[in-house]
Amino acid sequence: MEHNIDNKPVMIEMNQVNKWYDDYHALDNINLKVRKGERMVICGPSGSGKSTLIRTINRLEEHQYGQIIVEGVEMTPDVKKIHEIRKEVGMVFQQFNLFPHLTVLNNITLSPVWERNIPKKEAEQTALALLERVGILEQANKYPGQLSGGQQQRVAIARALAMKPKIMLFDEPTSALDPEMIKEVLDVMRELAMNGMTMMVVTHEMVFAREVADTMVFMDAGRIVEKSTPKEFFSNPKEERTRQFLNQILNN
Amino acid sequence: MKTTVQPYRGDRPPIFKTGALNWMKNNLFSPWYNAVLTVVTGALLYILVTPLWRWGVTNACFGTTPDVCKDNHGACWAFIQDMWPVFMVGTYPSDQRWRVALAAGLVAVLIIATLFRALRKQRVLHLCWVLSPIVIFILVRGGEVFHLSHVPSTQWGGLMLTVFLSLVSMIFAFPLSVLLALGRQSDMPVIRSVSVAYIELVRGVPLISILFMASVVLPLFFPPEMEFSKIMRAVVGITLFFAAYLAENIRGGLQGLSQGQYEAADALGLGYWKKTGFIILPQALRIVLPPMVNNFIGILKDTSLVGIIGLIDLLQVAFAATSNPKWLGKIEEAYLFVALFYWIMCYSLSKFSRILEERYQL
Ligand SMILES: Nc1ncnc2c1ncn2[C@@H]1O[C@H](COP(=O)(O)OP(=O)(O)O)[C@@H](O)[C@H]1O
Ligand SMILES: [Mg+2]
Repeated sequence: MEHNIDNKPVMIEMNQVNKWYDDYHALDNINLKVRKGERMVICGPSGSGKSTLIRTINRLEEHQYGQIIVEGVEMTPDVKKIHEIRKEVGMVFQQFNLFPHLTVLNNITLSPVWERNIPKKEAEQTALALLERVGILEQANKYPGQLSGGQQQRVAIARALAMKPKIMLFDEPTSALDPEMIKEVLDVMRELAMNGMTMMVVTHEMVFAREVADTMVFMDAGRIVEKSTPKEFFSNPKEERTRQFLNQILNN
Repeated sequence: MKTTVQPYRGDRPPIFKTGALNWMKNNLFSPWYNAVLTVVTGALLYILVTPLWRWGVTNACFGTTPDVCKDNHGACWAFIQDMWPVFMVGTYPSDQRWRVALAAGLVAVLIIATLFRALRKQRVLHLCWVLSPIVIFILVRGGEVFHLSHVPSTQWGGLMLTVFLSLVSMIFAFPLSVLLALGRQSDMPVIRSVSVAYIELVRGVPLISILFMASVVLPLFFPPEMEFSKIMRAVVGITLFFAAYLAENIRGGLQGLSQGQYEAADALGLGYWKKTGFIILPQALRIVLPPMVNNFIGILKDTSLVGIIGLIDLLQVAFAATSNPKWLGKIEEAYLFVALFYWIMCYSLSKFSRILEERYQL
């Protein structure tokens, strides 16, 4: 699925981004550019800062040094800007984080109706179309607790898409799923990629990465150790640490 | 020793022995320590209840005048029969009592209507509920509206006053406590400190002293021409007091939510109030429904302290009624009657909360 994105506009830019949790240096001079339509897969050992990195992009985590520019807007403590950026950036979590007290349909329509001022009827139609797209139209009126993990994660994707985001962030979207449900979620993500969504995906699903990614990023100890095309990344990794990691993960 | 178990052939589950006798045998008398407990409990109940029964029923006298109770060793329910309107409304003028009865009737009709599933979703019913406090207030207080004579709040008393104090305090304490709980979790240091200071301060002071302060101190903050009725002072005191307690309960609910819920709402771009109103509070309040109702029950019972600032609530009416020369010393009857009413109200609240809990399970 290789496609040319070199001339596309930059959607996310991170310049020398640093983040500490107390004294712990969680992000160490991160530099990244994500272009429109680019599919970036981030991998690395547990605790290497992958979640922290993508969570600084919609400011679920605050960075303490450096610059993050999303769609030309620099992320500052200004609440209004954070708000604007969040509406353009969808996020899917490892634990789904659906709202258990709302039906699937209300989970999806809540933000479009109240933050985008879309009429309820219209928002519901969009939501139903999205549910059809992720293959669970028949679950619209159920509560999240009544769905399987795979179905919940697909609702979570639909919920993020309902805001018509320009960028989608995925933080290990299949790590909490039973093996037979992983495919149904990855299929939805594949379809998204095919339709040109700009995506940053933290995942250890290397088959998916090889197939979908434009760019592979390998992180360790808060640093970007290696960044390359999937072809190079898998066949000819430059760094010893990357090789170790790939050996470990591909042999399992 | 091994036994072979035959496959089950019926298409219904096997029937176990049923019937009252079997139930008793299984639940009350087996194993042996249950039998002992049953016998001991039964004996205790017998020892406690028989004299009460003899006093309250067998030897009791009924009627409306004191002379039926002369030389009687049992309860004098004639006292209650004669005085019960006073228990209900205190010194509210007797020729105007129908207004309170009408108000109570209206509420009863609303409650019964709400019990019907079909009516529950009707907008009209919701509107009636919202308007009911205003209608009731006008009805009870009067004063030139609809040619109803003015009954000043100094004449409100009894059960009516207890219910009024409890409901109004609950209605005001609840939103205040939500704000305090949110304030305590706020990112803004000033708001957080003020909330914490308020909660900790109020929780460290007994309600009685707050009632005193509300009664004495409150008028100092306002221009002298502003009149503060005693009832208003009591409502302010009780509200401020219970808001602090409720706030701590609600904070427990806020902390009970997973961080993921906050993050998901943030990631969707929901602003603070929308996040709080649609995602956080609905879940947090469900979690803390039982302790919250506990608090409401506390409010209801603690309104009985308002006697200290000179209000004649249900409990004070009991004092007053037993010092009526006609019915001197009918203390047991009075307190039993009053306790019964508190119990009915508290038990209803607790039942109501169980219904809500079952309905709004997460
Ligand atoms: N809220 C937090 N407070 C303190 N340390 C944290 C917090 N979140 C993450 N960390 C630490 O930061 C490091 C990076 O975490 P994370 O980004 O979640 O790693 P990954 O997603 O790659 O597994 C870990 O060592 C983790 O323990
Ligand atoms: Mg992670």
